[in-house]
Amino acid sequence: MKYVSEFRDKKFIAPLVDELRRTIDRPLRIMEVCGTHTMAVFRHGLRSLMPEGLELISGPGCPVCVTSSAHIDGFIDVAGRDGVRVAIFGDLYRVPGSHGSLARAQSMGAQVEVVYSPMDALTLAGRYPQQVTVFLSVGFETTIPLVAATILEAERLQVDNFAVFPAHKIMPPALTALLGDPELRLDGLLCPGHVSTIIGAAAYEPLAASYSLSCVVAGFEPVDILQALIMLARQAREGRAEVENAYGRAVSWQGNLRAQKLMNDVFEPVDCQWRGLGTIPASGMAIRDHFSCFDAEKRFGINLAETPEPQGCLCGQILQGRKTPADCPLFAGRCTPLNPVGPCMVSSEGTCAAHYRFGRG
Amino acid sequence: MKTTETILLDHGSGGRASQELIKNIFLPYLANPVLACLEDSALVDTGAGLLAFTTDSYVVDPIFFPGGDIGELAINGTINDLAMRGAKPLCLSLALILEEGFPLEDLKRVILSIQGACRKADVPVVTGDTKVVPKGKGDKIFINTSGIGLVDSGIHISARNARPGDAVILSGSMGDHGITILAQRAGISLQGNLRSDTMALHRLVQKMLAAAPGAVHTLRDPTRGGVATSLNEIADAAQVAVELDESEIPVKPGVAAACEILGMDPLYLANEGKCLALVAKEHAGRVLDLIRSLPEGADAAVIGRVSEGPAGRVLLKTAAGGSRIVQSLTGEPLPRIC
Repeated sequence: MKYVSEFRDKKFIAPLVDELRRTIDRPLRIMEVCGTHTMAVFRHGLRSLMPEGLELISGPGCPVCVTSSAHIDGFIDVAGRDGVRVAIFGDLYRVPGSHGSLARAQSMGAQVEVVYSPMDALTLAGRYPQQVTVFLSVGFETTIPLVAATILEAERLQVDNFAVFPAHKIMPPALTALLGDPELRLDGLLCPGHVSTIIGAAAYEPLAASYSLSCVVAGFEPVDILQALIMLARQAREGRAEVENAYGRAVSWQGNLRAQKLMNDVFEPVDCQWRGLGTIPASGMAIRDHFSCFDAEKRFGINLAETPEPQGCLCGQILQGRKTPADCPLFAGRCTPLNPVGPCMVSSEGTCAAHYRFGRG
Repeated sequence: MKTTETILLDHGSGGRASQELIKNIFLPYLANPVLACLEDSALVDTGAGLLAFTTDSYVVDPIFFPGGDIGELAINGTINDLAMRGAKPLCLSLALILEEGFPLEDLKRVILSIQGACRKADVPVVTGDTKVVPKGKGDKIFINTSGIGLVDSGIHISARNARPGDAVILSGSMGDHGITILAQRAGISLQGNLRSDTMALHRLVQKMLAAAPGAVHTLRDPTRGGVATSLNEIADAAQVAVELDESEIPVKPGVAAACEILGMDPLYLANEGKCLALVAKEHAGRVLDLIRSLPEGADAAVIGRVSEGPAGRVLLKTAAGGSRIVQSLTGEPLPRIC
């Protein structure tokens, strides 16, 4: 089975689209929590196939999009320090803070390296012993355990020129904060596939119960997404509000217990600022005191100042599912992927980036 | 547009940032009717015939990679820019900027590659230059090649000539070179025999033109920025729309898999041995058969067509049965992670 080809083949997709059309019996508002789902729906042209009555709203599951300006400014501050080399995932490169991005910082002399894994950042520290390598860590539960493993490895190897600047976020508290808003009126959640490999499908049970919300964990191929939407439509039709797992090949009910333990051994929940959503209690993951020698904020004495959002930028409301990119006065005018105002435009998973790249014209 | 105050890597990517640099910094001061055409090579009327003239610089890192090296790229790339206007390449110049400390062994290896590429293409280097910069002020070796060629009278190949109904032919598999370089740079070793496709296409082009004179309207080698950017540029220049069929675009399985792992879209990756040919539809079948009969074009396919639609729009019919817009590359292609 080649998921990449067979799960994208129209001969399997066409009947699923028909089934979805037959199953929907009233207008449904479904939130795609995860940015990768938004991108996948656009990239495979699924938007153009969606039946009438199904509204897909993008949610806050884009870790780069929800990173506050204050954090980006902090990242740029560290990148500009003498003797520091920063390592990042590619998505972070062009995200604007209040004065430019890491891309601009690099053009002014900062050493910024794109890596594929936090372990690569540790390898860089070994390669450049005269510098401190700092991993600027943005991500959800999908990546936090990897960062935890990297810190444990750094401790084991007694590396003294490596640090992590965490801007981690965890999903369930953010979803709870969003769902508390009565204006949101959701019928279901398309739950993030890869976060769920770590936290397990069971993590959504409290949401399903408290908010009478259908939750289906979905993979990222077109067949996966359509299958999950059919399951959500069926739940709506049958008046059920349950958690179902449509990504069984990667997600279990309990999740990856070992990864959860790694995450909790190295990090602890803290209140955290989400761009556009404000401060959400216990929604961030900070480095525990025992590992504070690897904490870049402590090592470099960074104080995150609060900065206002740029004027006119609707990223916050877009992330909450209240507005669409077309509603934003800056979209595709002042704010483009090349000159983004807010991160929703820059991140490859950002809602505005997806609409700009795939949906205009 | 908000202007950045410094050059960013995005400005060299071949995408929108590069276009803005040309529009805002180069054209206002240097423009003349020949330059303003902004095609792969310039056509200069000598009074005794049309001369094609082009220049390109090569700064690829790593300099040696599966399938070739910076030397081969420098020769084939410039020959191809001449070929894309229907010119017969005459000769090349070769200018090197070497970094102090660059091993002579490596220089010799690059020069041997250049020798091989020139012999294979039967296009000589007739003039050259070498400069050396202090360590840290360069990056091993930078190469510039310029080329001149002759365009037979009656040949009119330009992005502006694309017209509704034209078939869009791609001469082979997409994304090979770009993903090979990115995989090397990411230090990821992937099974699947990824190799650059660097190759000179002037003979292929001459055979196409001989077989179907007047039917080939546009040629473009989709290097930096990929097929997506090239087609957007053509659609803009000719004020036409292009429709692509995702299922028809040839992508090697190894390349597709590497793109999935590295988070890249092959439509935006560089090709160094392929060309896009926009051909009048009544001749497209014959031209395709011809390309496929040649070693340079074994995997060629019709990947779409030029349509009446909104000017400048490139639409992709996805394998899933839907459709979506394909934009130009914005800046450097960055891997996405989640």
